Amino acid sequence: MRKLLISTVAAAAVLAAGSAQAADKLKIGFMATLEGTYTVLGEDGQRGFQVAMKEAKAMAGGREIEVIVGSSDASPDSALRAARKLVEQDKVDIIIGPLSGSEGIAIRDYSKTQPQVTFINGISGAQETTYVTPSENFFRFNMDGAQWSAGLGKYVFEEKGYKTVATIGEDYSFIYTQVFGFALEFCGAGGQITERLWVPLGTKDFASIIASLPDDVDAIYLGLGGGDAVNFLNQYQQAGGDAKLIGGTIMIDGTVLSSKGKAKDALIGTPGSGPQADTWDNEKWQAFVKTYQDAFPPEKRFPSPSLLATGYYNAFNAMKTCMDKIGGELGDGHKALRQCLATLELDAPNGKIKLDSNRQAIGTNFVTEVVEENGNLVNKLVKIIPDVNQTLGIDPEVFKTVGLPSRDVPECKKY
Amino acid sequence: MKDFMARNPFWTLIIVLAVCFLIWAIFAPWPPGFVDTFGRKKIFLNALFNGVTLGALYFLVASGFTLIFGLMKNVNLAHGSLYLLGGYIGYDVANTTGWWLLSFIVVFVVVGAMGVLLQVLVFQRMEGQDLRQTLVTIGISIVVADLMLWYWGGDFYQILTPDWLSGPIQLPIVTAVKSSGEAVFLKYPFVRLVILVASIVIGFAMWLSLNKTRVGMLIRAGVDDRDMLSATGVRIQRVFVLVFAFGAGLAGVAGVVGGTFQSLAPGEDTRFLLASLVVVIVGGMGSIPGAALGALLIGLAEQFGSVYMPTYAVVLTFLIMVVVLAFRPQGLLGERR
Repeated sequence: MRKLLISTVAAAAVLAAGSAQAADKLKIGFMATLEGTYTVLGEDGQRGFQVAMKEAKAMAGGREIEVIVGSSDASPDSALRAARKLVEQDKVDIIIGPLSGSEGIAIRDYSKTQPQVTFINGISGAQETTYVTPSENFFRFNMDGAQWSAGLGKYVFEEKGYKTVATIGEDYSFIYTQVFGFALEFCGAGGQITERLWVPLGTKDFASIIASLPDDVDAIYLGLGGGDAVNFLNQYQQAGGDAKLIGGTIMIDGTVLSSKGKAKDALIGTPGSGPQADTWDNEKWQAFVKTYQDAFPPEKRFPSPSLLATGYYNAFNAMKTCMDKIGGELGDGHKALRQCLATLELDAPNGKIKLDSNRQAIGTNFVTEVVEENGNLVNKLVKIIPDVNQTLGIDPEVFKTVGLPSRDVPECKKY
Repeated sequence: MKDFMARNPFWTLIIVLAVCFLIWAIFAPWPPGFVDTFGRKKIFLNALFNGVTLGALYFLVASGFTLIFGLMKNVNLAHGSLYLLGGYIGYDVANTTGWWLLSFIVVFVVVGAMGVLLQVLVFQRMEGQDLRQTLVTIGISIVVADLMLWYWGGDFYQILTPDWLSGPIQLPIVTAVKSSGEAVFLKYPFVRLVILVASIVIGFAMWLSLNKTRVGMLIRAGVDDRDMLSATGVRIQRVFVLVFAFGAGLAGVAGVVGGTFQSLAPGEDTRFLLASLVVVIVGGMGSIPGAALGALLIGLAEQFGSVYMPTYAVVLTFLIMVVVLAFRPQGLLGERR
């Protein structure tokens, strides 16, 4: 009897060990800019990720999720370092990230050398990442910077009546992509971009740049984000600047609109565009906003999720949906997971998202305007632009002749 | 001054000519050919003034750094953390009381007290071990940075300028003449002018107290030969604590200034540490006039660089450092030992 009992216990123990083996933890590497100029952006991205984790009860495809956090500072080499650590030391199965444009390009290149890992972009938005030499195992469920500009150029030209514009932006791939998208549409409609100024990412003292802004333009396009945006606005007000402004996507985002101090008030009335509008009355969007608000105490979050939170939330949910569908079995080279991701139509809070043949998102874009609401600055919905693809609805062959986004591409003309 | 003129008549001439040209460039309306090469006068003047005010901020941070180094031979790599801490505390004080000026006093006292604690609890225990002190200060700066991130979060803080300081004022400098013959005057942010004047006053006061008071005499003697000074019976530890408190307090005050016309966020600590290192290397370790000159040079280089050659603006600062290290490794006003 005693012997039987012992052997039963032993058998049970073996079984238990076996089943633990089967439901092995799913290791996910989370990457965002938790240092440097884009810290606030990275933090809200992380909040979006946490909201999704909470909704999923930290499970995907029947497997418990273990998250390992990697931090970068918006520079490609810091992102590479973080990804290397996650892949080579922590042996993660999936990476969700990175956040910033040039990081995305570096991680795409890195993903080619690590075919055993699936990469789902966090929210980085440089065009090149998926447009030039895309990687088989790199998926991007957010639109790029040019897609986020869709609708803005026409809106400011036709409705606002701005005919000449000067741009100022941070000197790196994402902002090039943003200005690219804006210029294509604005110049296509007949507008003129008289001057493009570029400042290094992480510039703190904008006073001299502000002095060199031309006075004879109708409006100034601001392609800045995070700390740079706040510094610019602060010094712009001190210098008595009163030009009309146009906001790039991360310039009019919650990350800047919720900063401490008066600097952000300069943005009231500024038109902008991006993958979401805070005041959109869509049911699914409002539900997401509420989940986000309920997940954190008010002082630990923004009044409403920023596009970074939404981006990471969507990336996680794409992963979870597919993991559930394939039953959590990653198998040989993640084939089933990648097949599912490539064909997935994600029902995201900011509109339906599907991927093109480069595994780049096609989604909905929103033209917005900054307004004050209950003491907070928010983005009011102006216009919805559905089904924006990477070539912005331009014929792919013509789109190729425009060139890749850079300091002075595209030329300001109609393509 | 006279010695310098007698020894270097050629350089004196060049400096005098450069100063004359600068004065002309500031006050006279520019001829058209000049505008074509240098851009509009408004841009030039703004870059010049901004460079000087930015230099003033760098001077506030770096002068404490250089003083501590000069006296204690201790490279305090936690200096940037003191800057950021000062800024955050200043924000809280200004925000709760509504008094911008009060925040300077509170920050100077609190951050100065932090400096005393650092000196008494950390540096006195490992006196004379330069490498160990340096490594410990790196450790402290990392810990403090994380503590600040935990308490204040990663948001951007910007200290509100009081109403009487915000907005631009008109300076009696003509930037252009309209076709109607009406002169256009330069508009400049008032707060930056105040910062500039305040830094000059602080720098001058430091120079006076170093050269005309007993404590200043002790400090200068300590910089020259610490061991000999303590051998004469001076309680050198007290001087150390005093200097450390003053240097730390100054860094904190600089934090409030920086938080007012720029912004505060994680990462600013290392940025200002790096800036003050560059300033001190260019100006000469341990020299207050050196810190002033270095800060001015770096501030001007950053601003002119960002306007006239934006692509290489970042390189310019380090180029200056490289040139100085190559031709005058002790720094522009440093003394070779």
